[in-house]
Amino acid sequence: MNLDEPTLRHAYETMRLMRVFDETGRREFLAGKLPGFIHMYCGEEAIAAGICAELTDADYIASTHRGHGHCIAKGCTIEDMALEIFCRRDGLCRGKGGSMHIADLKKGMLGANAIVGGSAPLAVGAALKIKTRGESNVSVAFIGDGASNQGTVFEAMNLAVVLKLPAIFAYENNGYAEMTGVDYHCGSGDIAARAGAFGMPSHKVDGTDYFAVREAMAAALAHARGGKGPVSIECVAPRWYGHFEGDPQGYRTKEEIADLQETRDPLALFRERAMATSSLTEADFTAMDAAITERIEAAMAAADKAPLPEPDDLYTDVYEVYD
Amino acid sequence: MAKMTMREAINQAMRLEMARDPDVILIGEDVAGGRGCPVDDGEAAGGVMGVTAGLYSEFGAARVIDTPITESAIMGAAAGAALTGLRPIAELMFADFFGVCFDQLYNQAAKFRYMFGGQHGAPMVVRTMVGAGMGAGPQHSQAIYPIFAHIPGLKVVLPSGAYDAKGLLIQAIRDNDPVMFCEHKMLYGEEEEVPEESYQLPLGKARVVREGGDVTVVALGRMVQLAAEAAATLEKDSGLSVAVIDPRTISPLDVDTILDSVEETGRVVVVDEATPICSMASEVASMIVSDGFSSLRAPIRKVTAPHTPVPASPTLEAGYPPTAAKIREAIEAVYNYR
Repeated sequence: MNLDEPTLRHAYETMRLMRVFDETGRREFLAGKLPGFIHMYCGEEAIAAGICAELTDADYIASTHRGHGHCIAKGCTIEDMALEIFCRRDGLCRGKGGSMHIADLKKGMLGANAIVGGSAPLAVGAALKIKTRGESNVSVAFIGDGASNQGTVFEAMNLAVVLKLPAIFAYENNGYAEMTGVDYHCGSGDIAARAGAFGMPSHKVDGTDYFAVREAMAAALAHARGGKGPVSIECVAPRWYGHFEGDPQGYRTKEEIADLQETRDPLALFRERAMATSSLTEADFTAMDAAITERIEAAMAAADKAPLPEPDDLYTDVYEVYD
Repeated sequence: MAKMTMREAINQAMRLEMARDPDVILIGEDVAGGRGCPVDDGEAAGGVMGVTAGLYSEFGAARVIDTPITESAIMGAAAGAALTGLRPIAELMFADFFGVCFDQLYNQAAKFRYMFGGQHGAPMVVRTMVGAGMGAGPQHSQAIYPIFAHIPGLKVVLPSGAYDAKGLLIQAIRDNDPVMFCEHKMLYGEEEEVPEESYQLPLGKARVVREGGDVTVVALGRMVQLAAEAAATLEKDSGLSVAVIDPRTISPLDVDTILDSVEETGRVVVVDEATPICSMASEVASMIVSDGFSSLRAPIRKVTAPHTPVPASPTLEAGYPPTAAKIREAIEAVYNYR
């Protein structure tokens, strides 16, 4: 897959935004500034970036609790996301969703989802809307390896096959379901094969390789947009951090994580290949990195100072009207 | 005005709304029936109780969607489609099955509007069957709707007859929030006068079934008929003037209509077929005690099912839901309390 320079720049910037957003968010969380839980996407950036690269605002994604990367890839503004993880009045969900529920419907982002496996049936519903209206878009469910064992996911895959819906099941196999390894929790040991057994084309790719993910997604899009029904893609990319921030990760070694950062950093792998195949230089990447860090620091600082929700906001938006 | 069964009235409400709005779809198990069978003409079932008969022939497979037996996917697909612009009617065949799909309703659909800061809700209707009376046993007979009413973001409708069912369902389909529409299976064959044309009844507005100054009876769903029967008998036999109020929707609940009547009577019986603990009967009683305490002249009596599962044995099941006789007894007890 050969991509032109602006495309390469955009892809890198998208992944770099994810990396810095989460690492900066982590710092703010550890400083006690963010409520609740935060789940780091570091190590998996190439998945969201590759899956969403060719999607438009008219395509849908339904996300997971580890959803910041998906939001960024789908075009949510990081300033609005920062406001939401700080639970501020002007956040994407007016502070009522927080990190695990960021949604931006005008961008086709149907919400991060704190129920493991909860998003797959919803993505199928968006695909049903697409088919009912005769549109040519697709709907993507991001599903972790842990969620891959949920009945909701099995039901969603089967219904998508039965109704021949333009749904794409993007599995993110990051090696761990909370504190349990994929070799234990996935009975068949092969998420892609299991998805394929539901009766859809199924790909398995290295999720740290942006180009591999994007290529598999291109094939999936051709299939789904062509009215041939759903597709699944399993992307393997181990996470660098714990299940949630604060997870002491007693179930894995420091060496494993150091090795991942050394040899399977999706951003480093991308830089290497982009520099080999385009005129982009080390200096270009350094400049992009600096600009992104500056933008995210500004967004976090602004969010930290932004107005809190009004006390009466507690009661709004339960129903459209309830009198 | 023509007589129509509640089954026909509900069918007609869906037909009118589907004809009016292309975004209204129907999704569920065997809503047409016969898919993948040797005889697949789209009219094999029309729903297990025949409520959706004819809709497949009229609106086609794209809008009358038979699914596998897959309640989570049905509810989730309806929620996702609603979030993105359709107005699905999703059938949860028996309300008892909520246990295998409730996450998609209470954690997803019900919370979208709030959790997403008001961006969009889930304008969907879940039509589902409730109630005892068919000998269908513990997992097909429950009046489980108080659990739905407990969830902020869900609305819950309990029609007591054909006329209300039609107007409330049309309103529910047009409502922009998720609505649980609970149909008592023993009312499907009951007839009432129902206009052929479309009409809407507001959600959250009770119907005063009969006026009365001595005792207020608040009755839900199928119990409305029995309460009215008990009230009529008492009026004839003892000259008691008994008000019967049908809230029609339990979320939102028309508190004002209930309290207005209680202010006049000071004596209250609440009748529901659901089990008594953490129930709508408890909720209505508690609301009256909190907001109408100064009007009360007697302890509130609840007439409900016992706190047991619903038995299959018709002999035992006959003793399960409230009866007109039990309601009459409770009315007399609160009336005679001094």
